[in-house]
Amino acid sequence: MSTEHAGPEVRRKSRIAGTAANAALIVYFLFSLLPIVFIIALSLKADRDQTTTYLWFAPTLDNYRTVLGLDGGGSSYVRFFLASLTTSVGAVLVSLVIGVPAAYAAARYRFKGSDNLMFTLLSFRFAPELLVIIPLAVIYRQLGLYDTAVGMIWVLQLVTMPLVVWILRSFFADFPVELEEAALLDGYSRRRAFVKVVLPLVRPGIAAVCLLAFIFAWNNFIFPFTLTSSSAQTVTVSSLAYLGGNQVRFNLVAAGAVMAALPPLVLALFIQRYLVRGLSFGAVKG
Amino acid sequence: MSVTTPSEVDHDDTPAGREEPGSRPPTVSRRRRRLRPYTLAVPAVLLCVGILYPFFVGVSYTVFNFSAANPNPAFVGLRNFAEITTSAPFWNSVRVTGSFAVTATVVETVLGVGVALLLYRGGILGKVLERALIVPLMVAPILAAIMWKLLLLPEVGWVRPLLAGLGVTDYTGTDSPLWAFIWSVVVDAWIYTPFVAIIALAGLRSLPASPFEAAAVDGAGWWFTFRRLTLPMLWPYVFVAVIFRLMDSLKMFDIIFGLTTGGPGDSTTTLQINAYLESISYARYSRGITYMVVLWAAVYLISMVLVGYLRRLQNRTAGEAT
Repeated sequence: MSTEHAGPEVRRKSRIAGTAANAALIVYFLFSLLPIVFIIALSLKADRDQTTTYLWFAPTLDNYRTVLGLDGGGSSYVRFFLASLTTSVGAVLVSLVIGVPAAYAAARYRFKGSDNLMFTLLSFRFAPELLVIIPLAVIYRQLGLYDTAVGMIWVLQLVTMPLVVWILRSFFADFPVELEEAALLDGYSRRRAFVKVVLPLVRPGIAAVCLLAFIFAWNNFIFPFTLTSSSAQTVTVSSLAYLGGNQVRFNLVAAGAVMAALPPLVLALFIQRYLVRGLSFGAVKG
Repeated sequence: MSVTTPSEVDHDDTPAGREEPGSRPPTVSRRRRRLRPYTLAVPAVLLCVGILYPFFVGVSYTVFNFSAANPNPAFVGLRNFAEITTSAPFWNSVRVTGSFAVTATVVETVLGVGVALLLYRGGILGKVLERALIVPLMVAPILAAIMWKLLLLPEVGWVRPLLAGLGVTDYTGTDSPLWAFIWSVVVDAWIYTPFVAIIALAGLRSLPASPFEAAAVDGAGWWFTFRRLTLPMLWPYVFVAVIFRLMDSLKMFDIIFGLTTGGPGDSTTTLQINAYLESISYARYSRGITYMVVLWAAVYLISMVLVGYLRRLQNRTAGEAT
């Protein structure tokens, strides 16, 4: 690891190794960013440039205008985008309201069935989605929840709830109990101690969890794909629909995909610090 | 930083967190206090019930012959299981699901740990690239599949000219069974290698320095240090990522559906794709859900084994540390 006492031969070797390592990194990141660069380029191409050019062409925003319906051609993209927004925000809010108390209880108390509850929630995360979708497709039609925002928010709990509860439990478990007890000794009730002491200090963590849950709800495809048809259809589903049909305009598909991918990418900038814990459901604390 | 399995975040070691009479305001009765955790958890339990209900309804479909064509189903016992386990499409999708999950997990683990080791070296390049690492992970898998589908299309994509530059002239995109499979794994690896890398990087940064200093003083080589120190100490972290990747790729739907829709033929038809076709496309609910119950049972068993192994791994590491 250290080259302090190494001779010139070793030092030369380590310089070559360093160059090779940098080269390997660059190759990986070229691979990693290639589809992104490609899709952005394609989304800026006029129809005639799609199949004839790679990187040198006159960029145009016409595709974005068409997808958004700004050229007067009419488009439901904005509606799908808003449906994604409604269902994702709704799903996160429901998970938050139900999940915060449950996570707190699981972190602070030892009660019968606490582990069962936590693992049941975790198993939702790992269950094959169609296992629930198939009966829900039948049940939703009976209840009139098929193709509704409420139906989507309900089923998206499978995505957001395990995330919120597991990560928040790890935050609450790390929170020093002494601070809470001090508040209790000062005559605070449990609830006031929670609201006045615990909540302000874990707020950044809760915000990060919300963003992460929103991202996963937004990115979900299989639930809206199978349980909506038009009015609650989300932007991930409509992106695929653009690929269907007889005359596929690839540049329009690309513009739609770029816009649908944008919100999670922007939000991800704010959660870098919590990403490790979030992605591993609290199993690895970064 | 530390690795902990869920239930290890147990409450045994924090007795202060438990109910202690005397430190409570006297206004709250003892009984209410004892019930408090249950009160807090009730909404979550209700939610679980609401989700477990369709689950059990679904499982009950497996012993009927329920379909859109047959809305008043008859009890058929275990015939659905008997039928699918003797059918070629089922075993084909078992094979596809297994090989996809194992290949993708292995590729992502090796690549992810490699990227983490390279980024761990630091430097300006490493710092800049680490920022870009999560980009694919935040793109919706279905959108990633669409991006790659276009990228692989001979008409508009860049892969054909890139490969032509390398001398490949018989490029067919995802038209051949083998390449449909390979590209599906590539797309999965494109998204999820960063996932493994991020967790491995967090692991690397939390490793204690002293064993490495001792190894350096003893003049240990890079390979020896890596094999005998870095890898064993990092493994508990990486294994968490492995569990996530294996479980997720066993039920991967978006990428394969977006990229190949299970084709060509049935060469990339995984269990979930097959269940989708059976139950949503052909509305044979009982048949489709039987596929899913089999997959669910497999995922459940595998996860039990893996989590058990993770526990032992972490206990061993904890034992060595003390």
